[in-house]
Amino acid sequence: MNTESVLFYLFAAILVFASGMVVTVKNSVYAALWLVLAFFTTAGVWLLLEAEFLAITLVLVYVGAVMVLFLFVVMMLDIDIAPLKEGFTRYLPIGLLIGAVIVIEIVIIVGPERFGLEAMPAPIPHAADYSNTKELGRLLYIDYVYPFELAAVILVLAIIAAIVLTLRPKRWSKFVAVEKQLEAKSSDRVRVVKMPSEKKKH
Amino acid sequence: MSVPISVSEFAPLLPEIFVLSMACIILLVDLYLTDDNRYISYALGLLTMGLAAVITFVTMPVESVVVLNGTFVNDQMAAILKLFVYLLTAAVFVYSREYLIARSLFKGEFYVLIIFAVLGMMVMISAHSMLTIYMGLEIMSLALYALVAMQRDSIQATEAAMKYFVLGALASGMLLYGMSMIYGATGSLDLKVISEHVAGLEEKDLVLLLGLVFVIVGLAFKLGAVPFHMWVPDVYHGAPTAVTLFIGTAPKIAGFAMVMRLLVEGLGDMQFYWQDYLVVIAVLSIVLGNVIAIAQTNIKRMFAYSTIAHMGFLIAGILSGTQEGYSAAMFYTISYSIMSLGGFGMILLLSRSGFEADKLDDFKGLNDRSPWFAFMMLIIMVSMAGVPPALGFYAKLAVLQAVINAGLIWVAIIAVVFSIVGAFYYLRVIKLMYFDKADDTTPIEAGRDMRAVLSVNGITILALGIFPGGLLTICVNAML
Amino acid sequence: MLEQIDNLLSVFPEVVQTLIWIILKILVIVIPVSLSVAYITLAERKVISYIQVRIGPNRVGPRGLLQPIADGLKLIMKETIIPSNANKILFIIAPVLAFVPAIAAFAVIPFDEGMILADIDAGILYVLAMTSMGVYGIIIAGWASNSKYAFLSAIRSAAQIVSYEIAMGFALVCVLMAGGSLNLVDIVNAQQGSIIHWFWIPLFPMFIVYFLSGVAETNRSPFDVAEGESELVAGFHVEYSSMTFSVFFLAEYSAMILIALLTSLMFLGGWLSPFQGIPLLEELFAWVPGIVWLLLKTSIFLFLFLWFRATFPRFRYDQIMRLGWKVFIPLTIVWIVVLGVAVLAGLGPWFD
Repeated sequence: MNTESVLFYLFAAILVFASGMVVTVKNSVYAALWLVLAFFTTAGVWLLLEAEFLAITLVLVYVGAVMVLFLFVVMMLDIDIAPLKEGFTRYLPIGLLIGAVIVIEIVIIVGPERFGLEAMPAPIPHAADYSNTKELGRLLYIDYVYPFELAAVILVLAIIAAIVLTLRPKRWSKFVAVEKQLEAKSSDRVRVVKMPSEKKKH
Repeated sequence: MSVPISVSEFAPLLPEIFVLSMACIILLVDLYLTDDNRYISYALGLLTMGLAAVITFVTMPVESVVVLNGTFVNDQMAAILKLFVYLLTAAVFVYSREYLIARSLFKGEFYVLIIFAVLGMMVMISAHSMLTIYMGLEIMSLALYALVAMQRDSIQATEAAMKYFVLGALASGMLLYGMSMIYGATGSLDLKVISEHVAGLEEKDLVLLLGLVFVIVGLAFKLGAVPFHMWVPDVYHGAPTAVTLFIGTAPKIAGFAMVMRLLVEGLGDMQFYWQDYLVVIAVLSIVLGNVIAIAQTNIKRMFAYSTIAHMGFLIAGILSGTQEGYSAAMFYTISYSIMSLGGFGMILLLSRSGFEADKLDDFKGLNDRSPWFAFMMLIIMVSMAGVPPALGFYAKLAVLQAVINAGLIWVAIIAVVFSIVGAFYYLRVIKLMYFDKADDTTPIEAGRDMRAVLSVNGITILALGIFPGGLLTICVNAML
Repeated sequence: MLEQIDNLLSVFPEVVQTLIWIILKILVIVIPVSLSVAYITLAERKVISYIQVRIGPNRVGPRGLLQPIADGLKLIMKETIIPSNANKILFIIAPVLAFVPAIAAFAVIPFDEGMILADIDAGILYVLAMTSMGVYGIIIAGWASNSKYAFLSAIRSAAQIVSYEIAMGFALVCVLMAGGSLNLVDIVNAQQGSIIHWFWIPLFPMFIVYFLSGVAETNRSPFDVAEGESELVAGFHVEYSSMTFSVFFLAEYSAMILIALLTSLMFLGGWLSPFQGIPLLEELFAWVPGIVWLLLKTSIFLFLFLWFRATFPRFRYDQIMRLGWKVFIPLTIVWIVVLGVAVLAGLGPWFD
């Protein structure tokens, strides 16, 4: 076993463990943190595939931004998980059954026979000066330029939708007009009074 | 494979580019409008649809054109479906204006979101790659989720939006999973490459089959066909009627296009497999939709269940797997959206400030209040039930013919039997309008524009029913 | 000397050798960084004192030069207090999570031509990814402390850092457009020529935005609402003591050094001599190694950090958000467009 496979199995094991913890831990902050670990190890696996741009972007976007916001929300919410667990034991058998069926199906179909090492050989390692980033750019801006632009449309639309659903009229929020603040001068607020100094009367 | 793109390749995308630019322009213009001149956004929305129709008509190709590395296709079917989407959307704008004003929902965002949804539909209609189909679907769905939730203080609307969003996201997930399987099996996202790959296979791959199953589940979810129909009644009922009107019309056309692109163009050679799945879905939809609709007292819910039944017919047309069947399904989709437009239009017509005419009883004695619109509703109901000479009859006839020609006589028999069962609830509306006394005698408030368009809508249904040849020819040609 | 070490190590098996080499390389960066942190704390106190017409620490050692060591010793000797009901594991992990990314980012920093630990292709992205991770330490510290002050600080800090990261990211997009690469060495080399070839002229607004966002990202004054002594006592590290506290300190100051280094690399030509291209002076200063120039430039920015702290009052929270979202982000987006035009037009002397 060479270093690469050792690293792969290490990352993969941590990834599977962390993903398991995400769905099983009770505390939602812990779940979010396990998810961070899962993202990190995924990035590690991607690095082994020479997809360094994607790996770093995964960390940057998901770990650096998305999960921070996630934690932000999760920490502020006081989630009472007791009602969520209600009926857990009652539905457990059927849940396990369906889960098992799906796992068996997927193993049969996405098994090593079709997507194994022979069917999907490892990519040929590229020379050190090969730029993964450049290739990715070529794909995004030439081959998939239309879906790429559409993805931008989706993001714009998401912003619009979010604002439509959350923005309340100004009178309902504690809004401070910045222009007015900037216009304020010290002379508006403080009056300097000149007066002769007084002597203490004894 | 990276071939640089020339600017001329963007020419077939002109309608999409135009619609997107207009959405952004309306968004910006609306910022500077006060509530008194909000009608400018409305006018711009109508203008967008009109000009987009002109552009689409001018750029209508004779043969199908695939550009941008096989992600975009423009063909006859795409152009025609897009034209109907514009038409339906423009009618939605006209119908909903007064309803929106009465509920203080008359905002620029309504138009922006609808135009974005239209853009999503256009993308789906002209998709030539699984990726583009998915992108279009998401653009459309995202806009629709927001539209359903727009009435923020209504608990019903919020609940409907929540259900729609959660189930819609689940369906998207299914669809994506299926697509990833197909990609794994064929190694391409391009529908043409996929279909070539599939045609070259001696024995169909299990991965491909699993992918197909997931794709069909996703599609059935989006169309609202049984057994993935749970969201339809709640969303139709909970959303503001103006939004229901939109959801009930144009997206159906896009849904039809999506099914055609994915199943027929991409996986056409697997027809042997998907036919069976679609038969089950179609039969269940027709049965369940028609039977449950009988029990409804809310007309929006009733229409929701009738939609499910109609979607069953649409799928029945496609499952025949012949040119005839595809054009019949297209004809059915277009006819259904026009009828549905009229049906929801009638609810909007009778609604007014603080009052939703969404109970069946609200239609009582409509003949006394307005004989003309009672007649319009009569046409719509008769057409939906599939009684000659209205449009719905020919639509059903064409689909049934295609199904019988494909050798699935038992499907046709079930469809006919349950259409007759379904006729009951449509005729009940007619009975309420003509033979019952009105509880509510307030005069109808709707403006002249809405009355005119609704009348045109009703008459079109009748006229197309008497002379269905033109539309049928268009649909047949589009499938060539 | 390197060969001697290599010879010494040859007694070990190969895997251990690589491991030791890697650790040695890491130490070569971490030890100077930690020492600089120690002396920046002294510099900070001195600079602020002189700005406020005081003398500052002058008791320990000649001119107070041993003060940081005394401080460090004191912190090590103290007891680590873990508050009751605090989440013990996360409470202890938090400072580590704050410190590690700040140090890890140094791996791709070129200190001179060829003086770099890992010359990776997507260097800027890596740096951005690492700096954006620093916030976890703060958030987790705030949450695990089980204290409302710490928690408020964590919330503030999370929102602030996510907001400023966008502006920072866009500023970096400008830099990589101008440099034509994501690699920091290539970016510095793209600035070859003279002082006017450096990117601070064509990217001037980005230069300002990047540095100010950097100040905000490191939670330094005037953006230090996360610490805000006047309202939150000390913010996220209010419950921390002894070594755990000093690790937070290390993290903050290494992040400062990192931002200063990056700003000099990306906008002020990194290790390039400021006299490049000037006939007489260039030869006169040719003997100065590149790292000296880089460190000089870095110290300018570090001084600015301290100067800001002594000069400006703290921003109000809504003003911070306004600056980030409504001023910096639009500005950066506009500048991307401007720069795109300039690069397409081949505007000299930078993009021809």
